[in-house]
Amino acid sequence: MASVELTNVRKVYAGGVEAVKGVDIDIKDGALCVLVGPSGCGKSTLLRMIAGLESITDGTVKIDDKVVNDLGPAERDIAMVFQNYALYPHMKVYDNMAYGLRNRGMPKDQIDKRVREAAATLELAHLLERRPRELSGGQRQRVAMGRAIVRNPKVFLFDEPLSNLDAKLRGQMRVEIKNLQRQLGVTSVYVTHDQLEAMTLADILVVMNAGAVEQIGAPLDIYEKPASTFVASFIGAPPMNLIPVTAGESGLILRDGTRIGAEGLAVSDKDAVIGFRPEDLEVATGTESHIGGLLLDLKVLGVEPVGAESYVYGIIGGERVVVRVAGRSVSQPDDHLRVIIPGEKLHLFGGNGKRI
Amino acid sequence: MASSTRVTFPNKVLPYLLLAPQLAITIVFFYWPASQAIRQSVLREDPFGLSTQFVGLGNFKRILSDPNYLNSLQVTVIFSIATAVIAMGFALLFAVMADKVIRGKGVYRTLMIWPYAVAPAIAGMLWLFLFNPSMGTFAYMIRSAGYNWDPLLNSNQAMLLVVAAAAWKQISYNFLFFVAGLQSIPKSLIEAAAIDGAGETKRFWTIIFPLLAPTTFFLLVVNTVYAFFDTFGIIHAVTGGGPGKATETLVYKVYNDGFVNLILGDSAAQSVILMVIVIGLTAIQFRYVERKVHYG
Repeated sequence: MASVELTNVRKVYAGGVEAVKGVDIDIKDGALCVLVGPSGCGKSTLLRMIAGLESITDGTVKIDDKVVNDLGPAERDIAMVFQNYALYPHMKVYDNMAYGLRNRGMPKDQIDKRVREAAATLELAHLLERRPRELSGGQRQRVAMGRAIVRNPKVFLFDEPLSNLDAKLRGQMRVEIKNLQRQLGVTSVYVTHDQLEAMTLADILVVMNAGAVEQIGAPLDIYEKPASTFVASFIGAPPMNLIPVTAGESGLILRDGTRIGAEGLAVSDKDAVIGFRPEDLEVATGTESHIGGLLLDLKVLGVEPVGAESYVYGIIGGERVVVRVAGRSVSQPDDHLRVIIPGEKLHLFGGNGKRI
Repeated sequence: MASSTRVTFPNKVLPYLLLAPQLAITIVFFYWPASQAIRQSVLREDPFGLSTQFVGLGNFKRILSDPNYLNSLQVTVIFSIATAVIAMGFALLFAVMADKVIRGKGVYRTLMIWPYAVAPAIAGMLWLFLFNPSMGTFAYMIRSAGYNWDPLLNSNQAMLLVVAAAAWKQISYNFLFFVAGLQSIPKSLIEAAAIDGAGETKRFWTIIFPLLAPTTFFLLVVNTVYAFFDTFGIIHAVTGGGPGKATETLVYKVYNDGFVNLILGDSAAQSVILMVIVIGLTAIQFRYVERKVHYG
């Protein structure tokens, strides 16, 4: 039970590369915080700094209101689940889980009780005598989790724990991790590059890019109000459609020179980007009002039916976009559709990529 | 597991042609002398080399009851164990240290590997010059420190000297394998152990050392073979098997009996015994070292 507080945390490597550029994150007791971003954005480095595996160049990391900058990983009372699980290959599952407790000098009977409890929670009881190489990927993942929960630490750290599993198992484990975390109520930091994992797991979502935090918030808030074009294109699948525009005298000018009337849209920046989610387009039948919204021409490039819905790929104003349509789409390549983006579903970003 | 892609030659003769040089060398320098040794080991030659007679296992019986041979066996065991333990112990220590170095890693490693390139006889001379009681620099220093250093007369000191020289030369080889072994241990395992509250020493003995076991075992066999057979040059240069017979290993005795004293039958019988030992060691190596260890 503990909060985790990062204040202006920076990491500069010996070569001068700044991997983490002043990050502030406040994680409440019991919350699951997900750090998400593309590879190389510094999310794993940040996690390792919380773990104590990486030195902190600047700023403070507090766990349970105590600055832990100068403490070793063992003294921070954290547990970490690694991407490759990092199970000790020469030890049985039981010993893998008991190792941390033995190192802390816990009495034998108590260790046994803890290990068996954790094993029962994770349905590992029948595997305790096996070695890691005799386990499947999903089972190894569970053992790694078991090794973390058996210690009953203040904070769980997850470093892309599901990325080595196949898609089906990943979905299953995602739910289990969430439930387990809720049930144990242990503050957790979870690193992933998978936006779906991030959206579904997070209490607080931290979107990172190039060593800096782009946005922090509840997953759905971020989905609905992305702070920048980066967040807009990173969160959501398929990602948000982004169309660069220039503000003209009487409306907006698209890349290909198309002028569109935009009553009620106040665009002060000369260069701007309009964004809309694939599901927020409506196909115009001719009678709807599009006051406050945009009426656009979409040229269909192709259609991908995926069952319950279809993705229509097309071009608006010279930019590729994707539209999500319920059921099947009757559109054919080279069709032209009149589409409306309702004003309230429209996202506007300035020339610097920040939300207006 | 290695992939089992088989290369097939369209030409039936070519593969044998390509193998021929290697086969020829193996036959001329290994199989032929080995067969000669086996033949010789059951024969006895008269002092003038004019006649030979078949004596069956007589040569073996005689050498196995010869106190000199048993002494040589004991010397070999002590010498091998000491050499292997010292060479591996230091190599492991250096490998662990070198693994921690961040700056100039390559330089350290290169320097560590150099002694391996020194020929055994040269290495022996080097140590002899340094520790020779009458002219050695180190010998002078040891004497100045008040210690009576004379490996030419003191058999324990002679043993110490050949062990040191033999181990020194082998450290490089072991170092290479230990460095490779350490590198193959995933870093996350060490980190996980650190988070699990194991200090550096504890991590070494509970995680790193067990995971190095295959490497260690492989090196143990290789080092034993080395100490048995490849240290001839060092012993020959440093002590010549003396003082007395204090550093006369089995291989040295084979040479001494066969080529110096010209007792061919005895010498051949001894080399057959050595052959059996090396076959045994190789079998152990293949049987156990080939067992794979899986990480992760």
